[in-house]
Amino acid sequence: MKGSAYPADGWRRWLWLANHKDAGTAYLVLAASMFLVGSSLSLVIRSELFAPGIQVVDPAVYNQIVTLHGLIMIFGGIMAAFVGFANMMLPVMLGAGGLWARRASGPVFWMLPVAFAALLVTPFIGGAPQTGWTMYPPLIMQTGPALPVFIAAVCLTTVSGFLSSANILATIVARRAPGMAMLRMPLFAWTWVVTAFLIMAVMPVLAGTMLMLGADRYLGTGFFGGPDGSALLYQHLFWTFGHPEVYIMVLPAFGLVSTIIPSFARKRLFGYTSMVYATLSIGLLSFIVWSHHMFTTGQPLAAEMFFMFSTMIISVPTGVKVFNWVATMWRGAMTFETPMLFATAFVVMFMIGGFSGLMSSLAPVDFQYHDTYFVVAHFHYVLVPGSLFAMMAALYYWMPKWTGVMYSETLGQIHFWWSVVTINVLFFPMHFLGLAGMPRRIADYSTQFTDFNQMISIAAGLFFAGQLIFVFNMARSLVRRGAPASARPWEGARGLEWIVASPWPHDTFATPPRVEACELAKPD
Amino acid sequence: MSRAGLIAGLVMGLVMGLAASPAAYAEWQMNLSPGATAMTHQVWDLHTAMLIICATIAIGVVAVMGWSIARHRKSRGVRPAEFHESIGIEIAWTVLPFIVLAAIAIPAASTLVSLYDTDAADVHIEITGHQWLWEYRYPDAGVHFYSRLAADSRRAELGVDGTRPQDVAHYLRDVDNPLVVPVHAKIGLSITSADVIHSWWVPALGGKKDAIPGRINKKWFTADKIGTYRGQCAELCGRGHAFMPIVVKVVSKADYLAWLKARGGRGPAADDLPDAPAAPADFDALAARDTLSRDEAMTLGKHVYNGLCSACHQRDGSGLAAAGYPALTGSDVATGPIADHIDQVIYGKNAMPAFGGQLTDAEIAAVVTYERNALGNAVGDEASPKQVEDLR
Repeated sequence: MKGSAYPADGWRRWLWLANHKDAGTAYLVLAASMFLVGSSLSLVIRSELFAPGIQVVDPAVYNQIVTLHGLIMIFGGIMAAFVGFANMMLPVMLGAGGLWARRASGPVFWMLPVAFAALLVTPFIGGAPQTGWTMYPPLIMQTGPALPVFIAAVCLTTVSGFLSSANILATIVARRAPGMAMLRMPLFAWTWVVTAFLIMAVMPVLAGTMLMLGADRYLGTGFFGGPDGSALLYQHLFWTFGHPEVYIMVLPAFGLVSTIIPSFARKRLFGYTSMVYATLSIGLLSFIVWSHHMFTTGQPLAAEMFFMFSTMIISVPTGVKVFNWVATMWRGAMTFETPMLFATAFVVMFMIGGFSGLMSSLAPVDFQYHDTYFVVAHFHYVLVPGSLFAMMAALYYWMPKWTGVMYSETLGQIHFWWSVVTINVLFFPMHFLGLAGMPRRIADYSTQFTDFNQMISIAAGLFFAGQLIFVFNMARSLVRRGAPASARPWEGARGLEWIVASPWPHDTFATPPRVEACELAKPD
Repeated sequence: MSRAGLIAGLVMGLVMGLAASPAAYAEWQMNLSPGATAMTHQVWDLHTAMLIICATIAIGVVAVMGWSIARHRKSRGVRPAEFHESIGIEIAWTVLPFIVLAAIAIPAASTLVSLYDTDAADVHIEITGHQWLWEYRYPDAGVHFYSRLAADSRRAELGVDGTRPQDVAHYLRDVDNPLVVPVHAKIGLSITSADVIHSWWVPALGGKKDAIPGRINKKWFTADKIGTYRGQCAELCGRGHAFMPIVVKVVSKADYLAWLKARGGRGPAADDLPDAPAAPADFDALAARDTLSRDEAMTLGKHVYNGLCSACHQRDGSGLAAAGYPALTGSDVATGPIADHIDQVIYGKNAMPAFGGQLTDAEIAAVVTYERNALGNAVGDEASPKQVEDLR
């Protein structure tokens, strides 16, 4: 493929995104802006919850903000960022010249800004759904004229997600340099194999479910209501998408951390092969646990039992991963630059989120936890000090490669310690609120919950403010301020991305590189 | 690092200081409450056991990691080790968690079975969720009413006349008409919805159950203590989701009957409601007795039957014809002469083993009495331990 076949100058370069680094940049910029929008929405939520009583927004608006916060963070923030890291890094890590289908990147990417713009417009054209990101009927049927716009926006993100995943999967399977065997490649590529498979399996389910909602509303069908329909059918379909989605949002983080920890431990990843198998089994098991989101819907006893046991089992491969990371650190020669700090914090705090998930797997106890702040704490631990911290680790790790200058280590350390303290003051007390009986998604609460809520709201503001340090530090790198970075700025880092210069050239590996064993994630 | 630690400490102090200042209505509840029923106590035990398991593993992992972080540092001049796999240890930490999980799964499954046993309720109540209030109907007593957010909570929410949330008692957790139920009675709930999905939840009386239009979900509880228990809707149901509380008043049997009467309902006969908690039967003591009352025989008999006999004859006495296990419901043995019945339990017949050696006289008498007066049979007679002794 000749680079000249694709427009590479001016606005056409950003329209077609034929260069994978441009595509990656576009996704990461989109994700950063969506994180800003989504977290601003959460600050409105936290302001309203600062004190009992209604002070900031009407409960109907509050509910719409809850819906948009979830969808924007999930589809616009976490997923777009992971697709961005895959576009940006995988071709270089695998020694490929670019993505499998270069021309596809632009059109597939640009669906997303359109979709998120449409989502964010819905409050002004009659109101977004007041359902939270789960969009349950019959409640979503009370949405006004914005419903078709909303459904179209969600469908557009699923189409984009499906196509970008197909491209990434094809790149991993078909574009690796000679010598980069599947069972030798970086674990980030392996986690993306499974993630891409999950995305391609469940995005059509979500799109279909959304279209069924639209058909119920506009074509007079009765899938989810009426004498022959069932509101529970929707929940089964939604969580058939929704539970694999949970792993879509965390598997790439496993891959990032599995790449970063060995670099700073100066020791190879422990149990590479079992990591691969654990990733595959998590991917498969993620299809048979969906109904644990529905323990309180009055399912038959046999279904409750099945989903309780399958959910407990999925903690085993997840545990294997945590043990492997610790064993990787064990008897290494560690240094704690900012990427390693965030990766280490990821392991500890992802584990907290994992354990509250395991606690929730016990169906009779989940009858208490379900739909409370305990669950809010659970998935925020997995997604924020989990996935988001892994992304921050990865940004600090690769930014010198992208820009050719080192970020400020002092600011990085301050950013880390600020974040790790405030994030725990923000999310840990949510466990207490949930156990004490505070339901999630309420705009106002009984006075006994006031103190923890005030603590959480203050910590949310402090965490948000602390990210300005991060933005400043990254912006400093982007304008090329800072000490020059060598081709391999991290002593223990392995991988093909480190054999090219820093900053990396716009086109890398037009001819496949020679893959030395020392650059492989597993040498033999 | 120490500078970073100082910053972390300052942040923590600031957050704690700010959060602690308006501590006018502090409760600081941090854990699940054990609740007011036997089942909520069981659930609390499961919660605590799982919490301890998780905390132990987490502390172990963090301790190993912490040791490694402290010792295995480049700044201490260590050289990194070369190992990167170990089949033995990898198999161990895959298999051991299975064993731990099985140990907690078994009691959890047993609690789940109990929570699903909604049969034989003393009081039956139909609950319908609406946007945004609850409707309660006692079909047997003919009582029906709606339960809405209390007026003073509503005034505080809207700030009418400067009323603030902290000025009213039980802000958002108080209603105009609470649900009233008798203590020690098994309350069976049939929960549905008239519009969108709601969820009925009073933490002290047990977990939540969704109210779904077009569907009736069942739930039960037996409150052990008189008192007022508060909860609220737990499934996002639109604008008023936070404003549809649930209040359950658990009262004495006499108060309950008086309340039904005041509501214009038909009370059940006082004898139909239990006076005291049903004490768990001491089966070992019963098994050693020389005489048994009818109730004791039925209790012990059910215990023995479900433990031994139901494997072949099935819990409901329907047998398993395909496997050659006869039904007891309406069978010649279970409805014929009682001496033959006792004889067969002691000495067995064909595929049926002899139970004379492993059961006491009282146990055999009890299981015979149970089989003749339950499982769809109503012979009416009963076997005594003395009779069994004579036939041995």
